[in-house]
Amino acid sequence: MELFDNLGLGFETALRVENLFWCFVGVLLGTAVGVLPGIGPIATIALLLPITFTFEPVTAIIMLAGIYYGAQYGGSTTAILINLPGESSAAVTAIDGHEMARNGRAGPALATAAIGSFVAGCIATIVVALFAPPLAAVALTFGSAEYFSLVVLGLIASIALARGSAIKALAMIFLGLLFGTVGQDIYTGTPRFTFGVRELYSGVNFVSVAVGMFGVAEIIRNLESERTRELITQKITSLMPTREDFRRMWAPIARGTVLGSALGILPGAGHVLASFGAYTIEKRVSRNKKEIGHGAIEAVAGPESANNAAAQTSFIPLLTLGVPPHPTMALILGALIIHGIQPGPQIIDTQPALFWGLIVSMWVGNLFLVVLNLPLIGLWVRMLMIPYRMLFPAIIAFAAVGTFSIGQNQWHIFAIAFFGILGYVLIKLGFEPAPFLLGFVLGPLLEQHLRRALIISRGDPSIFIDRPVSAALLALAAAALVLAILPAIRQKREEVFVEDD
Amino acid sequence: MLEARRALKDILAGAVIIALGLAFALGSLDYEVGDPLRMGPGYMPLALGVIVVGLGIGIVIKGFLAGEAEAIGEVDWRAIAFLIAALLFFGLTVRGLGVGLSLFGATLLASLARSRTPLIEMVLISVGLTVLSVVLFIFVLQLRVPLTGPWLPF
Repeated sequence: MELFDNLGLGFETALRVENLFWCFVGVLLGTAVGVLPGIGPIATIALLLPITFTFEPVTAIIMLAGIYYGAQYGGSTTAILINLPGESSAAVTAIDGHEMARNGRAGPALATAAIGSFVAGCIATIVVALFAPPLAAVALTFGSAEYFSLVVLGLIASIALARGSAIKALAMIFLGLLFGTVGQDIYTGTPRFTFGVRELYSGVNFVSVAVGMFGVAEIIRNLESERTRELITQKITSLMPTREDFRRMWAPIARGTVLGSALGILPGAGHVLASFGAYTIEKRVSRNKKEIGHGAIEAVAGPESANNAAAQTSFIPLLTLGVPPHPTMALILGALIIHGIQPGPQIIDTQPALFWGLIVSMWVGNLFLVVLNLPLIGLWVRMLMIPYRMLFPAIIAFAAVGTFSIGQNQWHIFAIAFFGILGYVLIKLGFEPAPFLLGFVLGPLLEQHLRRALIISRGDPSIFIDRPVSAALLALAAAALVLAILPAIRQKREEVFVEDD
Repeated sequence: MLEARRALKDILAGAVIIALGLAFALGSLDYEVGDPLRMGPGYMPLALGVIVVGLGIGIVIKGFLAGEAEAIGEVDWRAIAFLIAALLFFGLTVRGLGVGLSLFGATLLASLARSRTPLIEMVLISVGLTVLSVVLFIFVLQLRVPLTGPWLPF
């Protein structure tokens, strides 16, 4: 079986000492930022990207990926213990998880979240291993027209699943695309919007954009509405779920895993949608549905499994199509490009060690998380007590030094300041920064394929509808746009995301 | 006048978007625009800029038709000023002073963004963070950033 050879290569790569070490560091950091409200995985990955430039590409990606799925884990810990989801996908876990904690069953709730996430993570990893290669094979036949349409679909679909006003999200995407045009034109080499600053010729650094919009803007917002956090200091006596708990959790875990694996592939906030969806399913089909909302273990197991499965499968579009489904993946895409690897369908063939090593590392990382999360609960709880007045200057310090180390360029620092203000103003006016980042990262790709396709067709735009795959992708994008704008559906969407924040 | 006040947030939001789109669209006229077959460097920015302006107008219209009565809320000017000052200070001085002193100044400025922190604590936080960052970035991770700079006598 080819799959076993491939997985063998993956194990060989992932189990190298330095990869194990940085995978461990990644999931540890991820859990930490998942626990800490006020700094999320996007800002963290952006902050730590510069550090990984000295690593081998595979090590860098393994660590960054670890931060991402580690954060999904950490978010549930605070959701259960203090009813404060550190991550938006853990919002539903807070409902029943925190109720369980108040009933003195915090230990089993945490253990259930960990077990559910582990099982889901393992299965979703297999899903990635099975489905990524065939999808990549299809994508290899894509020409520029198909790629252009695919990127359009990815961008539009990301707003269909996002919250808030559709037109504002659309404006953010296009604004991101606009900022993506800064720098030398790919075909003629003309510097655009660089104001004579040579450092801007290679474009605005995406680390600066991410750190500014998700780091600095967030700090300003947090300082504006600082709340003192109250901590329930509760002795966690026993972590072990009872036999009855185990009997009740396996079906929700299975349902959550299936739902999460499927939704993770979709562009947008797939993991958030997955956890909400899993909660709704449990409310409908669970045998103990009356208990749900009052500390039912099913309502912890289902959503936690779903969001972890989705976090894992959201690597599929990135690795096979080179199109990131959400901003965190966009950062990992950026990291790959900085390491000289063009993400896309060819990655499986040209970088087999990286591809399979990453997949196996996700499984290893999930194992680390189970081992980490449960015994270290005390540490995470103590981390919550780090006062914000220390945390935010630390974020600024890391942002400054890390970003400066990319080519020792002070313009990257000025760009952080610029995007910090821009991000803050936009958030204040009701915009979401996520679509902006997605547009910004995908902008150059979109322009390149648009121009190449039009050169091939001699300037005839009908190439995008004459080619069946491209036409189908554009039709899907149009459908997604209609879905996003239709008010009835928007209302449903608001309901789904009402507790997400 | 009630409608206009209710829609203030959306109108401002649209105005910001229009301004940004317009700036890019006008700027792109300095470059060769070209045609769809031979797109010049100005083609994409111009097209995108026009779309952004259109969306901005859409947001304003939506504001008038169905403005949400959401308040913009207070703005913490102090936080903005000091955080931006911290970043600018670091960017302007890091080459001259090196990471050590430049980062100390930047973290101190950043701490000042929060008015309720006692001054002595701000200094302690800044010293601690500077030492931590220098150890972590320069000695452990060996990032290529200068510890001291040519402006310093030593």
